[in-house]
Amino acid sequence: MTSSSEGTFFLTGKDFVKAGTASGSLKRVLEDMGVPSAVVRRAAIAAFEAEMNTIIYAVAGIMHYYVTAEMIKVVIQDMGQGIENIELAMTEGYSTAPDYIREMGFGSGMGLPNIKKNVDKFMLSSVSGEGTTLEFIINLEKT
Amino acid sequence: MDILGAEMLSNNDDGKIVVENVYCADLMSNVLSYSITNSLLITNLTNAQVVRTADVADIKAIVFCRGKKPELGTIMLAERKTIPLLVTGLSMFEACGRLYENGLRSDKDTGRQ
Ligand SMILES: Nc1ncnc2c1ncn2[C@@H]1O[C@H](COP(=O)(O)OP(=O)(O)OP(=O)(O)O)[C@@H](O)[C@H]1O
Ligand SMILES: [Mg+2]
Repeated sequence: MTSSSEGTFFLTGKDFVKAGTASGSLKRVLEDMGVPSAVVRRAAIAAFEAEMNTIIYAVAGIMHYYVTAEMIKVVIQDMGQGIENIELAMTEGYSTAPDYIREMGFGSGMGLPNIKKNVDKFMLSSVSGEGTTLEFIINLEKT
Repeated sequence: MDILGAEMLSNNDDGKIVVENVYCADLMSNVLSYSITNSLLITNLTNAQVVRTADVADIKAIVFCRGKKPELGTIMLAERKTIPLLVTGLSMFEACGRLYENGLRSDKDTGRQ
């Protein structure tokens, strides 16, 4: 684990064919960099939940990752309806997902709490009607 | 595989899958929060997201219940990710029950679904 890496993926709302590919690619990048597999898994899970939220609830977004010897930082920024009440959205079990999303296995309201559980630093901000930005950091040194 | 009377859908495997744990769910976020690595996932859902979720969660293989087969695209995706797919005619309850009887357990040995 010496080098650093940086990259961006573009996310399209409602594109369920590609949904999950950005997190999958990020996972490979981290694996190839030699990040310990338990850490890779935490990062991939957090990125996947955030990616799915952008695809389900927003119009379009980007996922940007930045990896150094010290940390993995991922920022997922989207344009869309935004989140009116962040505290409520963070509640386990709270979901506004429509039925067709539930049929795909999503919408249990566990995504955001799950991201928080897997990362060391979690920031979520949103402007209702404009979009949402989620940023997380996973430390690499202590692991 | 014999326990479940399951059929293999992808052909990138020698038919031997080593799993340490079993996790069954239809909610992907639950898979991501509770399953542990090297698990077998048993599910009723057959869409591509199940395979992507499994990839992210380091799931070793997926068993689809009630004879439901995924689309070709999903099968191809699983082959790229080298995650074997199996399909069993059993219900989820039956499939879990048989594996449990044969000594497989979920992660914390709580029998949690
Ligand atoms: N990027 C986003 N844009 C708009 N709303 C969002 C976004 N992310 C989350 N939300 C809102 O927050 C709620 C809770 O999100 P969370 O990811 O915790 O659960 P979920 O997506 O509904 O279900 P799960 O993630 O378990 O499949 C969502 O139902 C949605 O209303
Ligand atoms: Mg979600």
